[in-house]
Formats: sequence, C-alpha cells, structure tokens
Amino acid sequence: MFFNSLLTNFAALEVGQHLYWQIGNIRLHGQVFLTSWILLGALLVFISLGTKKMDNDPKGLQNLLEFLWDYIRDLARTQIGEKVYRDWMPFIGTLFLFVFVSNWGGALIPWRLIKLPSGELGAPTADINTTIALALLVSLSYFYAGLSNKGWRYFEYYVHPTPIMLPFKILEDFTKPLSLSFRLFGNILADELVVGVLVFLVPLILPIPVMFLGLFTSAIQALIFATLAAYYIGEAVEEHH
Amino acid sequence: MLAFNFFGATEGGLFDINATLPLMAIQVVALTYILNSLFFKPVGNVVEKREKYVSNNIIDAKNKLSEVKKLEADLLTQLQSARAEAQRIVSEAENESDKLYKEALELANNEANASKEKARLEIESQTSVARDQLYKQADDLSELIVNRLILEK
Repeated sequence: MFFNSLLTNFAALEVGQHLYWQIGNIRLHGQVFLTSWILLGALLVFISLGTKKMDNDPKGLQNLLEFLWDYIRDLARTQIGEKVYRDWMPFIGTLFLFVFVSNWGGALIPWRLIKLPSGELGAPTADINTTIALALLVSLSYFYAGLSNKGWRYFEYYVHPTPIMLPFKILEDFTKPLSLSFRLFGNILADELVVGVLVFLVPLILPIPVMFLGLFTSAIQALIFATLAAYYIGEAVEEHH
Repeated sequence: MLAFNFFGATEGGLFDINATLPLMAIQVVALTYILNSLFFKPVGNVVEKREKYVSNNIIDAKNKLSEVKKLEADLLTQLQSARAEAQRIVSEAENESDKLYKEALELANNEANASKEKARLEIESQTSVARDQLYKQADDLSELIVNRLILEK
C-alpha cells in the first residue's frame, strides 16, 4: 500500500517529464534551455558587472572574479601542464562555471514556483542531454589537443607503455565520456530527487541538511568534471618518452 | 507509473536523448567564446599585468637592496680608512707635539742652566771682590790697631 503511494508520489515529482519544443522536425527539452538561459544570463551579467571597471587595485566583484580566474588557472595548470594550459583554460573554466552555475542554480532557486505545462524547471545538468553534450565536447577536446600538439604521434599514447594496452586505451575513449556524463547526471538528478522526495514526505526542517549536502555535492561535481576534463586533455598532450 | 517511463519510453523519460544534445553542445561552445572574451582574457590581462608588475618591483627592490649593500660595504671601508687616517694624523700630531715639547724643554733647561751658571759666576766674582775688600779692610784695621798700639808705647 505504502509502496504504491510512494510510486504515485514519485510520479508527482514528474521524473522524466519534459517541456517539449517542436522546431520543424526536431524536438527539444525546453525546460533545460529555459533554465540554462536564465542561469547563464545571470552569470554573464555578474561577469560583465565585475569586469566593467577593472583596476590594478581590485575592489569588490573584481576580487571575486580574479579569485575565480586564479582558481581555474591553477586547476588547468596542474592538470594540463605549463606548456599548453593557456589554450585550454577558457574551455576548462567554462565547463567549471557552466556545471557549477547549473548545479547551484538548480539547487538554490525555487523553480517549483514557476509552473510549466509539462515537466518542471531544474538544474540543466540533471538532463542527460546536457551532460552527454559536455562529455562529448571533452572527448573532442582531448582528441583535438592531442592531435594538434603531437600530430600522429598522439596515437603512440595507445600503445604506451606496451601494445597490450591498446584495447584498454580504446575502451577508455568510450568510458571517459560515459563516466563523465553519467556521474554528473546521476549526482545532480539524485540530489534533486532526494530533496524532492524528502520535501514531499517531511516538508519541515528534515530536507535542509540534505539540501546543504546537495549544494556540497553540486560544487564537488563541478570541480570533478572540470578537473577530469583538464586531466584528459593533459594526458593527451603529455610527452612521454 | 514511474517504472513505465523511467527507461526508454517513446515520449519523455530520463534518458530521452534528442536535439537538445547538439544544441546544448553548441551553446556551451558559444559560451566558451563569450566567456573567453568577457572573462578569461580581460581578467587574465589584469592579473598577469599585476603579477608582472609585482615581480618587476621585486626584482627592482632586490637590485636596489644589493646596491645598497654594496654602497654600505663601500662606506664601511671608506669609514675604516678614514679612521685609520685620523688615527695616523692624531699619532703624528702627538709625536710632533711631543718632539716640540721636548725641544722647548731642552731649550728652557739650557737657558736656565746658562743663566744659573752666569749667576753663579757673578756670585763667585762678587764674593771674591767682597772677600778681597774684607781682607783689605781687615788689613787696614790691623794696621790701624798696630799703629795705635805702637803710638801708645
């Protein structure tokens, strides 16, 4: 009895329901784009405000942005290496900011107050399309980084240190985007579901620690995603002898 | 209900992959370019300019510090040589004054001795003159006495 009602409750959370946009022949998940536009718009406004009047002697928002920039540079530099980190820093930083803003935006803003005809607004990273898109971009990036830096010698990586590694390394090219996308998707969706279920069952106090845990997880996931992306690129451009 | 549209439902579902994926990828690439020109480049320029400024200043300060240390050492040697020079001059002057003092002393001694000698000689001569006179007067007196005695007889 209880289980049945729980299932119905789950259904009330509208898991896997989407707001479809039909453009010609293609169908889009509207809620993902809506939230991402709102969040990215806020991010861009924040950044333009912070970089509007840049000074050699930083004040206010500029301090925060410089801290962020320094953090991203350290991340890219430690993973990719001194030589090419500059080329990839914007990409790694964008991944970090996009994932972070999406995760936190999804967790912090009470999207439930905005009613959609179908589906609900939430973190863009809780949609598998977004995470796969990010993960495939990472895959393309590390291939591009390897090929552009080392030419065909990039493929030595597959038989390094012994040719026995070849099948595993090829397999890795598939598991990397798979694990990247599913880790992020699973974590964020699970967080949203846990909070949703708890709010549904015990609407008072109890969900708050879980919400904080969710914020923590969201930040950690952004860091993990950016770090792994940088690590993969670093692995591709690394010179081994 | 959940179980039906959890996996691979024809419409909806958690794993409903459609054109959202490539569009999101394009959006993220566009965002990369936008953030690069709005955030990474300007902030990077400012931060790196400042880092350069700071490191240049540190190098400058180090150069100046070494220069100061060199000058300090220079000054110290100069000071030492000046001190030695002063010491030398002082001792020279002391020697000179000592010599002068001795010379003056000797001169004064000689003079004193000479005048003492002269005085002694004078005293001696006067003493002899006085003695002669005394002798003469004694002679006169004795002669006078003798004459009186002789006359009384």
